[in-house]
Amino acid sequence: MISIQNLNINLKEFNLYDINLSVSENEFFILMGPTGAGKTVLLEAIAGLIPLIRGEIFVGGKKITRLPPEKRGVSIVYQDYALFPHLTVLENITYGLHFHRAEKTSAEKRLDRLLEILNLFELKHRFPINLSGGEKQRVALARALMVEPKVLLLDEPLSALDPNFREEVRGALKRLHQSSDTTFLMVTHDFADALSLAGRAAVMNKGRIEQVGNVREIFEKPASPFVADFVGMKNLFEASFYNTQAVVSGLKIEIGRIVDPSSHYLAIRPEDIIISTETFSSSMRNNYSGIVTRINNQGFYYEIDVRVKDTPFKGLITKGALIELGLEEGIPVYISFKASAVHVF
Amino acid sequence: MRRELFFWISVSCGIMIMAFIILPLIQLLTSPSLGMLKESIQDSDVMRSIWLSIYTAGAAALISFFLGTPLAYLLARSDFRGKRLVESIIDLPIAIPHPVIGIAILSVAGKNYWIGQILSGLGIRIMGSVTGIITVLTFVGLPFYLNAAKTGFEAISPRLEKVSRSLGASMFSTFFRITFPLAWRSMLIGIIMCSARAISEFGAVVIVAYHPMIAPVMIYERFEAYGLKYSQPVAVWLVSISLLLFLLLRILTLRNRSEI
Repeated sequence: MISIQNLNINLKEFNLYDINLSVSENEFFILMGPTGAGKTVLLEAIAGLIPLIRGEIFVGGKKITRLPPEKRGVSIVYQDYALFPHLTVLENITYGLHFHRAEKTSAEKRLDRLLEILNLFELKHRFPINLSGGEKQRVALARALMVEPKVLLLDEPLSALDPNFREEVRGALKRLHQSSDTTFLMVTHDFADALSLAGRAAVMNKGRIEQVGNVREIFEKPASPFVADFVGMKNLFEASFYNTQAVVSGLKIEIGRIVDPSSHYLAIRPEDIIISTETFSSSMRNNYSGIVTRINNQGFYYEIDVRVKDTPFKGLITKGALIELGLEEGIPVYISFKASAVHVF
Repeated sequence: MRRELFFWISVSCGIMIMAFIILPLIQLLTSPSLGMLKESIQDSDVMRSIWLSIYTAGAAALISFFLGTPLAYLLARSDFRGKRLVESIIDLPIAIPHPVIGIAILSVAGKNYWIGQILSGLGIRIMGSVTGIITVLTFVGLPFYLNAAKTGFEAISPRLEKVSRSLGASMFSTFFRITFPLAWRSMLIGIIMCSARAISEFGAVVIVAYHPMIAPVMIYERFEAYGLKYSQPVAVWLVSISLLLFLLLRILTLRNRSEI
């Protein structure tokens, strides 16, 4: 659907080098990377909003490299919403119809569907200044999809939102993607977004693509030290969920809350795992005994691999703690972590 | 709480400045009797010169608006080599002594220069004509319009325009549907600033066109020929009109702020 070949861009602050990427039709593709990696620049290049030095961009088999933005069929949604402040919600959403020949009844149907999926009926006549962040982002999504773009580009649409709005907009994105033929290409910092929304992803760094592949694959088999470091969340397990518990290959983990039954994964940051040589009496809900399988020096910290039954956990401790605990490979230890340290997606 | 010395110094300076601006104006406005004011407004020469001042200033503002808007937009949106230079050139008319502006314009409009030759070929006269007055006023007023409009454009996020383009709008549609409706207040303020500046111009106009007589030239002439008393009523009318313009400007900017 989208095919980018040898794309090079040279702006003052951002450069892109030899970007090659292909995204299939109706895929939900995620671009990840640290600030300044060039993710937004890549999106704006696809939308035709910044000039290229070299390279080609195809959408749906058609070369769009030299088409102006309005002829590309590519919509963009920004992190800061970019709603037109002088237009009402309804006028914002229907803005693109001025420039697209659409049959009135089908446009109305589409409008109603978007208003419903994004829960915007009540807000139709408000101005953007009177909307919350989540509401603004929903309007921006509706506006972008109203013109039935071939590709929807999302530039960190969730990162400016409060956690509860975030959930809400993430859910809306999922529903929108499932109910349309549009290909979604989203930039995010958040792994939870990547895991819950996308099939495939790319990790970018300093204007280059470091790795492209299945999201899970990127997490499990980082192709470079940069990606390994970037994905950070090391204890990532496939899990099934029952009430407030998760089961990871036979190991019961208390998560302290009932989660969306469609969740499939849980993750715990290594720094949230506490390692001790005696049973640790605390309010932590999850306590297990295991064996140290590896100690890995990481500079300021040591990464400790602990096997609990068949499940490998990774924890981080300081050098002082390592000496104090007298940790060695093969000795039995206890690990514990709070129910709230368990991330579910 | 006891106020500090700094506060009182600031207040005293403020009061001094207010008095410095307001006192001469109050004295001017209250000097002529109502009878004299009435008499001068009934004088067809006075009326003609005030009207000429208003409409030449208005014309200069409109020319600035039509020619200056694209340039203001360009300066707000793009970065190019020599942009600083262009911006300094735009501000030049503010810094040049006014008679020098008049002389400079006359020298390009004269018969010895190609522009003057083309103009005379077209039958356009600058020296001593309304066209000349409008030319001079546009020259002195342009920077005020350009800077106000540019500031207005800069305040609009380029992302709004990018989104508009991605939704199918051309550059033109984007400008008229998004940029213009969001910037019109700044542009209007620019137009008012420009015409206020133009209406107060004397030095450059008097060189290019003593006749037809705009109000400031008439005030000067009456002062020279008949003295202070005789020039005051015309000045009162001109000042009242300028004040009205600035009042309008203030109201517009205040409304702008409270809405956003």
